[in-house]
Amino acid sequence: MNNTPLKHTNEPGKPSTFDVVQKSLAKRRAAEHRFRFYGIAGIVLALAFLLVLFVNIFGKGYTAFVQTQIRLDIYFERAVLDPDGTDTEDALSKADYTLLIKKSLSGLFPEVNSRRDKRNLYALISSGASYKLRALVLNDAGLVGKTSSVWLPVNDDIDILFKGHIDREAKQSDRRVNDRQLDFIDRLVAENRLEKQFSSTFFTDGDSREPELAGIRGALTGSLLTLLGTFLLSFPIGVATAVYLEEFAPVNKWTDFIEINVNNLAAVPSIVFGLLGLAMFINFFGLPRSTPIVGCLVLTLMTLPTIIIAGRASLKSVPPSIREAALGIGASKLQTIFDHVLPLAIPGMLTGAIIGMARALGETAPLLMIGMVAFIVDIPGGFSDPSTVLPVQIYLWADSPERAFVEKTSAAIMVLLVFLIAMNGLAVYLRKLYERRW
Amino acid sequence: MSPSILLIILLGLSYLGFRLGKNRALASVGGKIKDLHSLPSFYGFYTSLWSIIPALLVTMIWLSLETSWLANAVIAGLPEAMQSLPESRLYLILNDIRNVVNGMTYSDRIDPLIADAAKRYSQLQSLSHIVLSLVAIGLSIAGISFSLFRINKSHRARNTVETAVTVMMVICSTLAIFTTLGIVFSVLFESVRFFKVIPITEFLFGLEWSPQTAMRSDQVGSSGAFGAVPLLTGTLLVSLIAMMVAVPVGLMSAIYLSEFASPRFRAMAKPTLEILAGIPTVVYGFFAALTVAPFIRDTGASLGLTVSSESALAAGLVMGVMIIPFVSSLSDDVMNAVPQALRDGAYALGATQAETIRQVVFPAALPGIVGSILLAVSRAIGETMIVVMAAGLAANLTFNPLEAVTTVTVQIVTLLVGDQEFDSPKTLAAFALGLVLFVATLLLNVLALHVVRKYREQYE
Repeated sequence: MNNTPLKHTNEPGKPSTFDVVQKSLAKRRAAEHRFRFYGIAGIVLALAFLLVLFVNIFGKGYTAFVQTQIRLDIYFERAVLDPDGTDTEDALSKADYTLLIKKSLSGLFPEVNSRRDKRNLYALISSGASYKLRALVLNDAGLVGKTSSVWLPVNDDIDILFKGHIDREAKQSDRRVNDRQLDFIDRLVAENRLEKQFSSTFFTDGDSREPELAGIRGALTGSLLTLLGTFLLSFPIGVATAVYLEEFAPVNKWTDFIEINVNNLAAVPSIVFGLLGLAMFINFFGLPRSTPIVGCLVLTLMTLPTIIIAGRASLKSVPPSIREAALGIGASKLQTIFDHVLPLAIPGMLTGAIIGMARALGETAPLLMIGMVAFIVDIPGGFSDPSTVLPVQIYLWADSPERAFVEKTSAAIMVLLVFLIAMNGLAVYLRKLYERRW
Repeated sequence: MSPSILLIILLGLSYLGFRLGKNRALASVGGKIKDLHSLPSFYGFYTSLWSIIPALLVTMIWLSLETSWLANAVIAGLPEAMQSLPESRLYLILNDIRNVVNGMTYSDRIDPLIADAAKRYSQLQSLSHIVLSLVAIGLSIAGISFSLFRINKSHRARNTVETAVTVMMVICSTLAIFTTLGIVFSVLFESVRFFKVIPITEFLFGLEWSPQTAMRSDQVGSSGAFGAVPLLTGTLLVSLIAMMVAVPVGLMSAIYLSEFASPRFRAMAKPTLEILAGIPTVVYGFFAALTVAPFIRDTGASLGLTVSSESALAAGLVMGVMIIPFVSSLSDDVMNAVPQALRDGAYALGATQAETIRQVVFPAALPGIVGSILLAVSRAIGETMIVVMAAGLAANLTFNPLEAVTTVTVQIVTLLVGDQEFDSPKTLAAFALGLVLFVATLLLNVLALHVVRKYREQYE
């Protein structure tokens, strides 16, 4: 073949096909590049959003793990703590610890006399500081009558100021810390009495109206209880259903109907499960509101389809030769499944279950419906204690007006994401570990 | 004795039954397993099933009846004047009593009547639990004795155990049906009660939504306005914005991943994209409300637009990002399933890769892609937390994305969170909305499945 272009000379005045193609080549090449670029742009856009989300949450949240503390020299005055001289624990636990703090502060700022200034001064300290002092004294009654230097949490507004979220130059009426308080703070800083310290409060305490005292332990415990219950209920039921549908069920209308139901339930919005929980478990069966037990029932129903579908896929991947071999040497059908097929399929089922659990851990809407949204300070101790869960806690804090809750919310989100990543990582690891090609 | 301790005792008894049954079977043949009909462990399982199942059944029935029985007994002990109160008041009193029993009161002053009733309540409850424990443990021991009595070397333990296990599996598998039925009935039942108060036509075609007025009876429009149209348009608006983000981005990502990307890039990018779907929606809601919405408001302000601080746009954009993986993953799989021969044919005719994708691969994969988009729409409609936190509560009948709108899911949450009496039209309206939501998503799912099945090209 030679390379001379083909010419259609029989239609004069009309460009040849070759010319048409030749002319359009540049355009087509550009279109090709454009198309490829759109594809990359799509992926980059999605990933960029992911990055922005993570950076944003992390940037807002990492400050929540430290807390501004103030060092005060507290004189544990016997006349205040134990005025009757009874020296009983009861007296000590009912004493007015706030007075000790006030006295200590007045000692630092002797010139503060007016009521208004005093109020400004006392407002620097968190209302939870007195509980901390009480805990100290109850722990060591020997403190009474002595002076001791104690680190106490400051109020959330001061904390936020210290973390740089309040503009000192703004008009006084626009910020939550007034000029007088700024003076106090500057003097305290000069005396090295204010310091940011790592605070375990966030991990060891329950919810609170005061941001500086609020922690996620209650929500975390609630989440763990709910998740534990969900796993204990949904995994056996899911495995049993998957085994039945995949290995035993005859092919008939009834089995078809079950399958359609399972697939549909996987796509039902989670809030509808919440309605079911409210109408059935709480109003019909009279189970207590706001408790992990109702939460795990609702989440069980919600995660079951995921577990069943993953379980069936896992069972399908076990080759028939395994079953035939077992049946061939005289095992019953059930022995075949439970002794030979299931051990091979269980890692895959577990992977599916963990992914289902991760989804259940992040679920909020159905739990709002069953009342796990109450303000609960106590750490739940069992399945029938009122409690909340981590995502709901995030929702509650996100709704709070205090600026200090923003960092708490972000920090709680970070904890939630760490758990989710750990669970998904475990699922991937299990899958890799037990992956088998037949 | 609390039910959880009872459960542990029953489990212990059932383990004991397992050992006893196994030993009994072995003893009956003098240790020669081959003389037994079934393997020894089957005799163990046989015994432990007999020990636990009747006891558990009785416990469950007992506990489910206990609540109402206790309530009746305690109410009967209240003074006459209190007993004759209407049912809803009585219910509240009962709730108070239960709260006292569970130590859930924070006030120091408790009505002595209530305290008294609570004391009686907890006495009766513990009495009931003691009787229950005795009955259940007795049943369990009886079951063990009965099965031990039946075990001999020709007893067909395996057949019984296998039947029992199969029956249990069948029961588990019907749970999916019961869940669907439970959803349908619980939502439908309350909705019917709602439609008795508010006609269904008013609900579906009314243009006003203000359920809050239903609380007061002396006000104009005292029955509240329950026209769902603003909610439906709000839902549609937010979903539409979400789809306008998710469909182009998701589709283009899917095309790039399945057609252009190297296997290594694909193996890395696909799971990373799927992280977007794994992030809890409450996180997106927080991000939308605190970062995206102010950003949009400020940008709008600098362009001279008035943007409400809770705009449909913010919620829709973030929701769109969340559902990108729903579009991209499924579409990617579908396009991957298009046979290579079709692409090769197009290349042979001189088409570029982009032309092949646009004119051959994409049309061949279209049913699957449409299915994935429909599923994404159903996900967008049912999404709750993002809109609750970022879209607002005002039921505006508008298609302006810069204004605050409300959605079906937001209203369900607002109507049902917090303590309400369960019979007001306000609460029932939430279930009617739930019904709408359930039906809409169900139809979308069925439609998606239908599209995929009916229009799928069969290669092979």
